[in-house]
Amino acid sequence: MAPILDINKLYKNYGATEILKDINISIEPGDFLVLVGPSGCGKSTLLNCIAGLEEITGGTLSIGGNDMTHVSPKDRDIAMVFQSYALYPTMTVAKNITFGMKVRGVDQATQDAKLKEVAQLLQIEPLLNRRPSQLSGGQRQRVAMGRALVRDPKLFLFDEPLSNLDAKLRVEMRTEIKKLHQTLDASIVYVTHDQIEAMTLATKIVVLKGGVVQQIGTPAEIYNNPANLFVADFMGSPAMNLIPAQARKNGSGTQIAIAREGGDLLLTESRDLALPQDVILGLRPEDIAEAGFRAGDGVQEAECLVDMVEPAGADTYVVSELGGKQVTARLHAETSAQAGKPLNLAFDMSKVSYFAKETGERLN
Amino acid sequence: MTDLSMPQSQTQTRSQSAVGKIALRWLLYVLLGLFALYYLMPLFVMLTTSLKSLEEIRTGSLISLPREVSFDAWKTAWSGACTGIQCEGLRPYFWNSVLIAVPAVAISTLLGALNGYVVAQWRFKGANIIFSLMLFGCFIPFQVVLLPMARLLGMMGIAGTIPGLIFVHVIYGLGFTTLFFRNYYVTIPSELTKAARVDGAGFLRIFWSIFLPLSLPIIVVTVIWQFTQIWNDFLFGVSFSQAGTQPVTVALNNIVNSTTGVKEYNVDMAAAIIAGLPTLLVYVVAGKYFIRGLTAGSVKG
Repeated sequence: MAPILDINKLYKNYGATEILKDINISIEPGDFLVLVGPSGCGKSTLLNCIAGLEEITGGTLSIGGNDMTHVSPKDRDIAMVFQSYALYPTMTVAKNITFGMKVRGVDQATQDAKLKEVAQLLQIEPLLNRRPSQLSGGQRQRVAMGRALVRDPKLFLFDEPLSNLDAKLRVEMRTEIKKLHQTLDASIVYVTHDQIEAMTLATKIVVLKGGVVQQIGTPAEIYNNPANLFVADFMGSPAMNLIPAQARKNGSGTQIAIAREGGDLLLTESRDLALPQDVILGLRPEDIAEAGFRAGDGVQEAECLVDMVEPAGADTYVVSELGGKQVTARLHAETSAQAGKPLNLAFDMSKVSYFAKETGERLN
Repeated sequence: MTDLSMPQSQTQTRSQSAVGKIALRWLLYVLLGLFALYYLMPLFVMLTTSLKSLEEIRTGSLISLPREVSFDAWKTAWSGACTGIQCEGLRPYFWNSVLIAVPAVAISTLLGALNGYVVAQWRFKGANIIFSLMLFGCFIPFQVVLLPMARLLGMMGIAGTIPGLIFVHVIYGLGFTTLFFRNYYVTIPSELTKAARVDGAGFLRIFWSIFLPLSLPIIVVTVIWQFTQIWNDFLFGVSFSQAGTQPVTVALNNIVNSTTGVKEYNVDMAAAIIAGLPTLLVYVVAGKYFIRGLTAGSVKG
């Protein structure tokens, strides 16, 4: 099947400033693409370019197999949900939802039928005669989605739709968007700065930084095999431990030495990797466990001094200083770890990512 | 003794301060009342004088109430007073002013709304420069433009006509009306325009269906402002009109200045009140929206 959205060598400049550089993204029908990155990385600009609200400086863009590079937003067969919802303040909810159809000259009977269908789907039937100012944040969010859904477009665009909601509502709406995606089998491009939102919703994630794509992949790929230090640090909470280390070839494997007080911590990398001497070792907190609680080929145990213990309910986070960095390990809740005392930790070396010290690029 | 006197003196000071508060409040009211009276004095003198006969004006005191209320002066001012050689009163000129002010207010408000919408929501290249230039237009003294404008009106063939005066007032109102609408529309999130564009609405559709319905408060402000300016204008009225197209302000001046013999103060006063009534009426009808419109702006959700 042809890709529903195909972005090819897209560039966007504001005057002399390059906002987006050489963006190449392609998604299949039914994909949920999340653009994620810190604020100012260009993700909203990219979404506006896809919508046609911003002219692109270079490259091409096609939606549903048709070239849309210079097509105006209304002819792109898209629908968009905005961060501030952008509901028309003087219109009722019903008029907000049907405005687009009215503009396009859809007949009244179809309008009513579609309105009813969408209102039912989003459970906003009792609100149809209210004004946006009489709605709560969550209700406005629903109406904004209704306005997009009623269009039944090829592509949905979401611009940080949950960031104006409080924490509890945000989780609820997140689940609802995911459900909606599954029931409608819609193609969605979704912008967020929240990496948890990205992980939970996406079938495909694009990590952006400074207008450059850092990595494109499934949530699992991004999480387990980050392409560089930025992605490793940005995705996941608590963040991946990134520990400076020395690598020395040792037979078929490699010996990894991590500097710390009272003698180096020595670990063995048994995979056959060609590593330079200076590396950054990346290991997720959940891949460091209490000794005896983790089994597997790559698991190696070592005694570490516990600096801090942070119980978080389901888990307990233990912090220890290794290689000059605060390294977090995610232990089970009933751990016997105590601050200031040594503890045997199990490092799952099969999960380790290595990064070049200078470039930050992934090595394995 | 000391134990007893302590609370006593305390209550005393408390009641003293309460009395002081009431006295202060009354002083404030009296003062404000005096100011109000002082401010209303001219209107009072105008009203009473317009209702007196000439005889009574000559003999009586300026601030005394009329002994005999007569509306003759009003009648004369409206339809009989002489402006130079014609003696038709203010009536034809009053209608001239209506014919000038109503279209000029409507056109300049509509154009200001469109301008403000473009400058605030469709940020084309150089939008800020154009807006600054329009703002600059607010600060040009009218006297400076009299000669060039007279020439322009002559070239357009509308010198001395009512359309000519409408044109002048629209041009000179645009700076202010654009400023008002621009500042109002700039508070409206640009995502609203984007949403409407994705929905398929074009430039005018968005203006008509989304921005104009939001604009009632600022429209009221602009209409009051423009109506007051145009109705009260004398300079353009006297410069760019000819016999038959003069606005009411010019006619009023002619009535007051061209009488020969006895000065008919009662007619002058009545004419002045008639000339001022429409602006007064606009304030009374729409005044409460004025302050609201000046302070309103932010549109939530």
